[in-house]
Amino acid sequence: MDHLPALVSEAKAAIAAAEDAQSLDQVRVRFLGKKGEMTALLKGLGQLPAEERPAAGERINEAKQLLQQELDARKQALEQAELASRLDAERVDVTLPGRGEPGGGLHPVTKTLERIEGLFQRIGFEVAVGPEIEDDFHNFEALNIPAHHPARGMADTFYFDTKRLLRTHTSPVQVRTMQAQEPPIRIVCPGRVYRSDSDLTHTPMFHQVEGLLVDEGVSFADLKGTIADFLQAFFERDDLEVRFRPSYFPFTEPSAEVDIQCVMCRGEGCRVCSRSGWLEVMGCGMVHPAVFEHAGVDTERFTGFAFGMGAERLAMLRYGVNDLRLFFDNDLRFLRQFN
Amino acid sequence: MKFSEAWLREWVSPVLETQPLADAVTMAGLEVDAVEAVGSVFHGVVVAKVIAKAPHPDADKLNVCQVDDGSGESVQVVCGAPNVAEGQKVPFARVGAILPDDFKIKKAKLRGVESRGMICSASELGLEEERSEGIYVLPEDAPLGEDFRTWMQLDDHTIEVDLTPNRGDCLSIRGMAREVGVVTRESVTPPSIAAVEAVSDARFSVSITAGAHCPRYLGRMLEDVDLNAATPLWMSERLRRSGIRTIDPAVDVTNYVMLELGQPLHAFDRERLTSGIEVRHAAEGESLTLLDGQRVALDGETLVIADGSGPLAIAGVMGGAASGVTRATRHLFIEAAFFTPLAVAGTARRYGLHTDASHRFERGVDPQLVEAAIERATALLVSIVGGRPGPVIETVGDRSAPVSSIHLRRERLDACLGVTLPAEEIEDILARLGMSVTVSDAGWRVQAPSWRFDIAIEEDLIEELARIHGYNRLPVRRPQARPALAPDEEATQPLARLRRHLVSRGYQEAITYSFVSPDLQAMIEPAAVSPTLANPISSDMSVMRHSLFPGLLKALMHNLNRQQSRIRLFESGLVFRGSLNDLEQPAMVGGVICGARDVEGWNARREAFDFFDIKGDVESLIALSGESSRWRFVPEVHPALHPGRCARLYRDERPVGWIGALHPTHQSQLGIKPEVYLFEIEQDSLVAGRVAEFSPLSRFPEVRRDLAFVVDETTSVGSLLEAIREQAGEWLTQAQLFDVYQGKGVEPGYKSLALGLTWQHPSRTLNDEEINQLIAAVVERAQTRFDAVLRS
Repeated sequence: MDHLPALVSEAKAAIAAAEDAQSLDQVRVRFLGKKGEMTALLKGLGQLPAEERPAAGERINEAKQLLQQELDARKQALEQAELASRLDAERVDVTLPGRGEPGGGLHPVTKTLERIEGLFQRIGFEVAVGPEIEDDFHNFEALNIPAHHPARGMADTFYFDTKRLLRTHTSPVQVRTMQAQEPPIRIVCPGRVYRSDSDLTHTPMFHQVEGLLVDEGVSFADLKGTIADFLQAFFERDDLEVRFRPSYFPFTEPSAEVDIQCVMCRGEGCRVCSRSGWLEVMGCGMVHPAVFEHAGVDTERFTGFAFGMGAERLAMLRYGVNDLRLFFDNDLRFLRQFN
Repeated sequence: MKFSEAWLREWVSPVLETQPLADAVTMAGLEVDAVEAVGSVFHGVVVAKVIAKAPHPDADKLNVCQVDDGSGESVQVVCGAPNVAEGQKVPFARVGAILPDDFKIKKAKLRGVESRGMICSASELGLEEERSEGIYVLPEDAPLGEDFRTWMQLDDHTIEVDLTPNRGDCLSIRGMAREVGVVTRESVTPPSIAAVEAVSDARFSVSITAGAHCPRYLGRMLEDVDLNAATPLWMSERLRRSGIRTIDPAVDVTNYVMLELGQPLHAFDRERLTSGIEVRHAAEGESLTLLDGQRVALDGETLVIADGSGPLAIAGVMGGAASGVTRATRHLFIEAAFFTPLAVAGTARRYGLHTDASHRFERGVDPQLVEAAIERATALLVSIVGGRPGPVIETVGDRSAPVSSIHLRRERLDACLGVTLPAEEIEDILARLGMSVTVSDAGWRVQAPSWRFDIAIEEDLIEELARIHGYNRLPVRRPQARPALAPDEEATQPLARLRRHLVSRGYQEAITYSFVSPDLQAMIEPAAVSPTLANPISSDMSVMRHSLFPGLLKALMHNLNRQQSRIRLFESGLVFRGSLNDLEQPAMVGGVICGARDVEGWNARREAFDFFDIKGDVESLIALSGESSRWRFVPEVHPALHPGRCARLYRDERPVGWIGALHPTHQSQLGIKPEVYLFEIEQDSLVAGRVAEFSPLSRFPEVRRDLAFVVDETTSVGSLLEAIREQAGEWLTQAQLFDVYQGKGVEPGYKSLALGLTWQHPSRTLNDEEINQLIAAVVERAQTRFDAVLRS
């Protein structure tokens, strides 16, 4: 009984010295196990006088409890140390690049077309598409461009035979829609168009978006409002100046070319706008009665406007691309710039 | 239309400076393309006379000249021009003069001889683009000592207007002046053109057979002319400023009158004409050698000017060489005719000709212009080449139908423009445009002038009013909406979604030309039939693509040639299948990949893409529709693809695309080193999907059993799985292939397939007996159909 303090200190030292769970458990068995030294002390109580037994028993139990607490604390400390060392060992270099397929990207012309479609879809226009090998009627005749019209010289047409050709604009889709559907009509027609022209500023294929709105009471003022809204939204510039310049297209009247203040120099004059401060970006006008007549639309009841723009031109201005031909080289170094 | 500003200002001269004038014209719809100073920047150049010329003592090619520059003293200059001669009037740059490009004229010694100034060539003064051969020799009447710049009116601009095809009436100074007058509200003063009295009775007979196409033909004889006379400088300068070269006085005068008034004229050599002139259509088999030397076979639709010997000229397009004027011509026959636009339209293009005359006639020339034009031309010719004019003889064809007036309704005008313009402004604008206007029927009745071929309907008038009022002064508003929800088919995948799906799997979108090289197309798909362009840009862009493969391969090669080793590209667009009369233009989605499976990186898989990479991409694309179970990959052969690594895609029973490795033969023909995989699928089959449909979740446990079969290595796993699914009962929820093994433990020529089959019953727990029966059926089917051996 007298060596209890010594035994407690010895046990404490053994607990502190245990370096892992296993040796700590050995310490527990040695002191607190069924055959352990503390248990032996309890078993020795019987040899004490009866009056001393309760006090001695209490002292031993206190000592056991103390040692159990020490053991638990040491166990927890050892576990924490082990976790800490595991965590440390499991450290990775988070600055290494991640694994897997990096995303690709859309072609800048597609991005531009989708952006234009989206803006018009939000005000109730639907997207319409059509064939690219067209006939003379839908590409020319129905658009008020008869066979010998000088305007045929405006677009250099790719022909297959005397009647079949590659569409020079997406306007045939407008004709087909008007033939198939009663007004009101609100459509935009994106797509590939073709002209036999190839130089620094022309590719034999490019993309257009044309739009058509036919309804009762549509006026030139509506056209101006729609176009100005669109251009300001497309370039995200509320203060973008837009001007309408009289022009001529056989399928619209009155017709206009639309200029915007140069987005490169903000109208100061630069190489892109040939120092004029203005950029021609699209054509538009009120639908010509002859076009309505070809499509079977009542010209007294309905009026409408149409517009058309080149997607590459808008993409060049929007993204600052300086060479049209890059769009069709499909060079990954170019394409990835728009991801 | 390119012209001198000074010339225009003789007709109408608003207070506007040059650029604001050009801007005003542009904003009226006649787009000014360029405004350029006529003369380059130079000063200190005067008109001088060469009074003496002697060879340079020490240089063969130089002359020492004495020049009178009007100061009274003679000035010595050394001149290297071969054409310098005594008595010439020349432009002379005095010491102190500054020539274009800031070239200063100083006193100099040339091979020891003092030279004080320089006799200039046209190019040295910026009057000619190309280097001139010699000095610029001026007319004898050039005023000695006068400032050259002032005398030549070089403080002028050329204005170039890009006219739209409807405005043929502006293809002259007269037309431009009219338009400027309207835009600036200024009055226009045309030069007075007096009739030239006939001094002889020389006539030449004209008859019109094709009267509908030639309502009027004026002709006039001018005898005893001297075409060796020089065209006056003022005229050649105006022609030059319009971009027209001086040829001879007859041609120059006809060109000048065409530019001034807009009426194309033609001059014939009278002595080269036989019997009288006939305006008729060409007969089959006739031909003509044109002024430019080319010989053309004429067709029956071509309007010609002919005499007894045959066609002399294509009417309104180009004259013939045989009847053309030369320096030796003595008697002229001048033609001023009105050919209708339909008579000329198309003719020039049909013959590959485009002339100033055809350009005007096909757009419409004022039929009332012929008298003024022939008088003007006569007066100018007489003043230059002399001669004795005969009377003007008019021959008429069919009278054109009188142009009916147009009803302009106030209501229609207001509705179109969205504003009510004051009646005074409307009437003023129309009157200034040369229209006669009367108020009537809630609007006006308007008669267009003879020169406006483009004004025929009410909208034409509305456009004129809007244009002259100013588009930018018209109101702006937003369209009235009657919003209606557009139908939206949930089962249909938007193309945009397919594109984005491929993008998120690492594909970069390409856009390639729809026309491809016939050689490339024939190489990879020898039986492909697609339309061929009649007029391609080049032979390697002459046939419409039958598939997306040629374009994708070209884009792939472009990138491989630029050190890109890992490439994933896709494209969507139409392909063209069949002959013109039996043509389909389906939209396709296609892709091409080559290179390493992973992007190069610290722990990337370096092995190359294989068939199952691209198949995984395609399967995931198909899965977007939720209809994967309707698709099959069937081993078939495509000429572009490796026969052992190629599948045709079926949606239900319909073949809709291909997938596979580029055929190794093509790979080496194209010089492509890495293995290349391609796919192409009809867009319609990819976008057609379904609306999701709920089925209740089972609360009962799943049962899974794994089986391993050994089969011949050529056995199609797809067919085996299909057979197993058929036998595994309706409660089978999944049949998963989780291993394909060849090697130790499996005989050569065989492969081991490990399958996990999962069942679940919607309303009860499945018992072992049921499952064992199903497995027995599966094994039995595998054994009988595929000789499969169950691996223990």
